[in-house]
Amino acid sequence: MSFYDVYLKYKDFPFEEYFLKISKNDIIDSLNKHEPEEEDLLSLLSPQAENFLETLASKAKDLTQQHFGKAIVLYTPLYLSNYCENECAYCGFNIRNNIPRKQLDFYELRKEAETIAKTGLKHILILTGESKKITPLSYIKQCIEILNQYFSSVSIEIYTLSRQEYKELISLGVDGLTIYQEVYNQESYNKLHLSGPKTDYRFRLDAPERALMENMRTVNIGALLGLKDFRSESFFMLMHAYYLQHKYSQAEISISVPRIRPQVDEFIPPSSVSDKNIVQIITAARIFLPRIGITLSTRENKELRDNLLPLGVTKMSAGSITTVGGHTICEPYDKKTSQFEIADKRGVSQIKETLLNKGYQPVFKDWVGHVKDEKIKI
Amino acid sequence: MHDPLIIAEKEISNRLFIGTGKFPNKAIIKDVLNAAETEVVTVALRRVDLDSKEDNVLDFIPETCTLLINTSGARDAKEAIRIARLAKATGCGSWIKLEVIADNKYLLPDNLETLKATEVLADEGFTVLPYMSPDLSIAKKLAKAKAAAIMPLGSPIGTKRGVKTKELIKILIKEIDLPVIVDAGIGYPSEAAYCLEIGCAAVLVNTAIATAKDPVTMAKSFDWAVKAGRNAYFNATKAESDLANPSSPLTGFLKNL
Repeated sequence: MSFYDVYLKYKDFPFEEYFLKISKNDIIDSLNKHEPEEEDLLSLLSPQAENFLETLASKAKDLTQQHFGKAIVLYTPLYLSNYCENECAYCGFNIRNNIPRKQLDFYELRKEAETIAKTGLKHILILTGESKKITPLSYIKQCIEILNQYFSSVSIEIYTLSRQEYKELISLGVDGLTIYQEVYNQESYNKLHLSGPKTDYRFRLDAPERALMENMRTVNIGALLGLKDFRSESFFMLMHAYYLQHKYSQAEISISVPRIRPQVDEFIPPSSVSDKNIVQIITAARIFLPRIGITLSTRENKELRDNLLPLGVTKMSAGSITTVGGHTICEPYDKKTSQFEIADKRGVSQIKETLLNKGYQPVFKDWVGHVKDEKIKI
Repeated sequence: MHDPLIIAEKEISNRLFIGTGKFPNKAIIKDVLNAAETEVVTVALRRVDLDSKEDNVLDFIPETCTLLINTSGARDAKEAIRIARLAKATGCGSWIKLEVIADNKYLLPDNLETLKATEVLADEGFTVLPYMSPDLSIAKKLAKAKAAAIMPLGSPIGTKRGVKTKELIKILIKEIDLPVIVDAGIGYPSEAAYCLEIGCAAVLVNTAIATAKDPVTMAKSFDWAVKAGRNAYFNATKAESDLANPSSPLTGFLKNL
């Protein structure tokens, strides 16, 4: 059994037709359920549920405070390389894009790590384009060993790996995996991923499960919103999260709701996703899966991020830069070399201040992954 | 009345333990602990940031408090043991609220892994207070493994659903010769009072205080409730009984014979 079996079950589900039949009472019933099921998720994601957005928001806020309190974990991404063999229509690192390519050497990596660590952050998420020739696993491993010296939690958002490869990274101290399916609809996936190793839909879909089989501590999944209609895509993403949480209950499962941002070749998203839609997805997610983590990246602007905060968010990026070496050696927001444009450019201290002003505790450290002090023998 | 709770030879006057995980800011933790005059405070090691000059949660805990380091995040005995040893090595003391959870959906403890970790840590000299599902057999084994107290859940962590496991907890109080401290699920001061009334040694509260509109006032309310519950435990005229006690005794006629 893989999530692919769940996908196949709903692949031809007539979402639009079903949504038309959802009544006001269906939505009220779903909101009142203690343990919502699949049909409730559909009700909460339906166009009619937009009329109940305030009720969804109120319930989502209460559930979030109950399960996570008033605390938000902070992290930042660190880009190792933008070399990529994939031709993904929506991505700035697309092999066809004629952009300056860069890979951090270990000296540069230390400089980046030192600069980020000075902000107080203890959670780092490393990213690369997909090029096993230029950024092989051996390079990633060396990077992890360096980052272990600066951070208490190292997560990866890199190309998909085999079980054995995930096992090797976990043994080095990696405790989190972020991987977006990008688009769950397989037909759309095939159209948007034109060449390169990422064309293998199934290998990507099963990647979170391969990592969880090796006991990865946290797994964050997501759909890149804008590639297909957001209601069906959010349904598949949340069913995926449910599947993983149910099957691998020892792990912390979380979701992201990334919207396509402008990048170098000005890709035009086939589907639009409004701020209102984002609110509906986040609140429906929280009500459907009360214990799940919800991560909010700097793809969204500061006003929206601040307003989304109470509705279910548990983790936020801060001081994000999507350029390789952007913290120390390159222009941080260079449109030509970044994966996508950052919408919220606030630094870590500004995010911290905002959170405190809004009654939330910024959490810089939420795991004890490594012991950097060699005097401590445990 | 001098009525201390004694754990590992330490006298504890205040039977309200407070968790620090869910507060809107760290500064308020200090006010909460002072208001409730709490003596035992749980802190998750995963959140302790010794490198931070302004954000180390330990800096907000009065020195008079005993730190009870929580192994939150441990999914098996091995991880819990690692966290406990790390806590001790970094100067956080050797009192451990042993929490081993392999279920992130309901946050229910893994009793078997908890027992394994208790055996190792107690043997190494830690004062171990294991968080557990209220099960008599495991409680007996935890006692044998030299746990310093047991911490059964009232209902799952963060749910504020009250003491749903009260019948099982009563059995533990009766059968286990260790302090019984209800750990999770307490949503209101009245529920904390109830725990003390039935003979629990203490309660540990986090969510209900941390997410209250005014955490400081709520902490004080819990403090009063816990004291009231303890007083009631000593002074109630008659314990609740499952047996009938009719106001017109059926055997009253015997007196006239």
